[in-house]
Amino acid sequence: MSTNDEISEVRIMKGNEALAEAAFRAGMQAYFGYPITPQSEVIEYLMKEQPKHDCVVLQAESEVAAINMVFGAAGAGARVMISSSSPGISLMMEGISYMTSAELPCLIVNVQRGGPGLGTIQPSQGDYFQATKGGGHGDYRLIVLAPASVQEMADFVFEGFRLSEKYRNPAMILADGALGQMMEKLTLPPAGSLPYVDKPWATTGKPAGKDRRIITSLFIQPEKMEQVNLHLQEKYRQIQAEEVRFEEYGVEDADIVLVAFGLVARICQKTMQLARKKGLRVGILRPITLFPFPSQRIAELAPKLEAIVTVEMNAGQMLEDVRLAVEGRCPVHFKGRMGGMIPSPDEVLEAVEAIAEKRNFELSR
Amino acid sequence: MEIPPLTNGFELVYKKPRTLTETPMHYCPGCGHGVVHRVLMEVVDEMGIQDKTIGVAPVGCSVFAYDYMNVDMQEAAHGRASAAATGIKRVLPDRFVFSYQGDGDLAAIGTAETIHVVNRGENILMLFINNAVYGMTGGQMAPTTLLGMKTTTSPFGRESGLAGHPLKITNLLAQLPGAYYVTRQAVHTAAAVRKLKKAIQLGFQYQSLKKGTCFIEVVSNCPSGWKMTPTDSNKWLEENMLPMYPLGDLKTPARSMN
Repeated sequence: MSTNDEISEVRIMKGNEALAEAAFRAGMQAYFGYPITPQSEVIEYLMKEQPKHDCVVLQAESEVAAINMVFGAAGAGARVMISSSSPGISLMMEGISYMTSAELPCLIVNVQRGGPGLGTIQPSQGDYFQATKGGGHGDYRLIVLAPASVQEMADFVFEGFRLSEKYRNPAMILADGALGQMMEKLTLPPAGSLPYVDKPWATTGKPAGKDRRIITSLFIQPEKMEQVNLHLQEKYRQIQAEEVRFEEYGVEDADIVLVAFGLVARICQKTMQLARKKGLRVGILRPITLFPFPSQRIAELAPKLEAIVTVEMNAGQMLEDVRLAVEGRCPVHFKGRMGGMIPSPDEVLEAVEAIAEKRNFELSR
Repeated sequence: MEIPPLTNGFELVYKKPRTLTETPMHYCPGCGHGVVHRVLMEVVDEMGIQDKTIGVAPVGCSVFAYDYMNVDMQEAAHGRASAAATGIKRVLPDRFVFSYQGDGDLAAIGTAETIHVVNRGENILMLFINNAVYGMTGGQMAPTTLLGMKTTTSPFGRESGLAGHPLKITNLLAQLPGAYYVTRQAVHTAAAVRKLKKAIQLGFQYQSLKKGTCFIEVVSNCPSGWKMTPTDSNKWLEENMLPMYPLGDLKTPARSMN
């Protein structure tokens, strides 16, 4: 198929490949990575297509090296992306912490697989805590976007780069193995539609007559380190105030709202259809940004609801954020699967029916 | 800044290059780091590449190198300076990029990065300061600590059964096709400093050729970590370090043609 990336284009692609193609179209200037299932198609696609683009694509010797190459390239002003899956992301945590402190923008993609440990290569949402609560050391946050379709695997690359550069903070696309592997129709955004921003702080060589630029995460005086932290916290507050994104389906008349992100939100759409056929007024709230989290919207909805059910492919991680937002204003239940298992619409429906009838149900099977 | 013709009644005949900042260095008296910083920045100044040079500082005693070197700099995670330098050089291939690391940083925690950077033949200059101890954290055993040498984590002397042998990483790197110029120098005498400067000049000049990594080990002292006076430490270096880490070129462009 001939490609003209100047225009938006309808294609059928795997999530991983759509993300990779979108990265070129979003003006990515460097990619560093290391193969790991279920996201190796990202680096494979980038390597194959790289000759058509003005972009560095390098396979590093480890995720540790890769994230530090990202540090260097981002510090030098490039638009940089890195991708991996759960165990590989764990290896990057040190570098990610450094980048938040040095305020370096970059886009990190985690196509999650089941853990803990080497785990499984099947899809999971087990890295929610790691992505949204820090993961590495120190008080920091990533801007976390959770796609639910191949279309969003592409779109969020643009959004991730844009937000990370706007706030000088790493952004993460938190996908899962199923989104990475499945094929769907999508419209690829046109190349060149994401303008480059000025980066006067980048180390590109000290301009004559101007001060040198220093990229560092070391502030050895505690008074200075506290100031850096206050600045970061202020930035995270601003992100929380301005960048919350979520989607709702049928919450207007709902008695029970399912809160789910990513792929699970789509599973819940089927559950919602089935439930409504049975006369149960079920709605869905789908957080798109996991940090910043749509706490305010959940707090608004809670008093009007009989119950909220958080549905996740983990042991109940976003559940904690939902409960913090609800603050006891309605019961919050959890339904999930772990270890690479995907909940079916029917088993979520069983949980919803049990909750509606105030019966017990299996939390996670 | 205008240099006055007379300082305290004396004519100034030796001054610092403008590529060094006004910040007083924190290094201990007699430490080799200050000398290496100066020589490195002299070369940048003399080559007129201050506006095209980007350095990467390590974790270790030279963690604050960016306070002293008046060029754009990044401060990398422990062991990862050469990976960060790779990222910089790959997106800015026409700049002069150097990494500056100690023995623990480069040859222990960062060994994988070190070997693979050189194996890919990244067109950067890697400076490796080998003083056989972790200076910043208080003189613990390093991969290059000599057998029998006492450190705070080898209090009875390094013993190979427990802690292995001194790692001659420079010799190892010289075997790699990606290495273009590999040399081992020192800063314990004026003659050694002059030779080091020549090596650093080559290290920067070769970068433009894009033929591979230039790697310079500097065998240096650590008077505080070794618990010696600066003079004694230089004598000890000559008698103990240099037999294990002999000075000279390990790979030069002429030989790398073979």
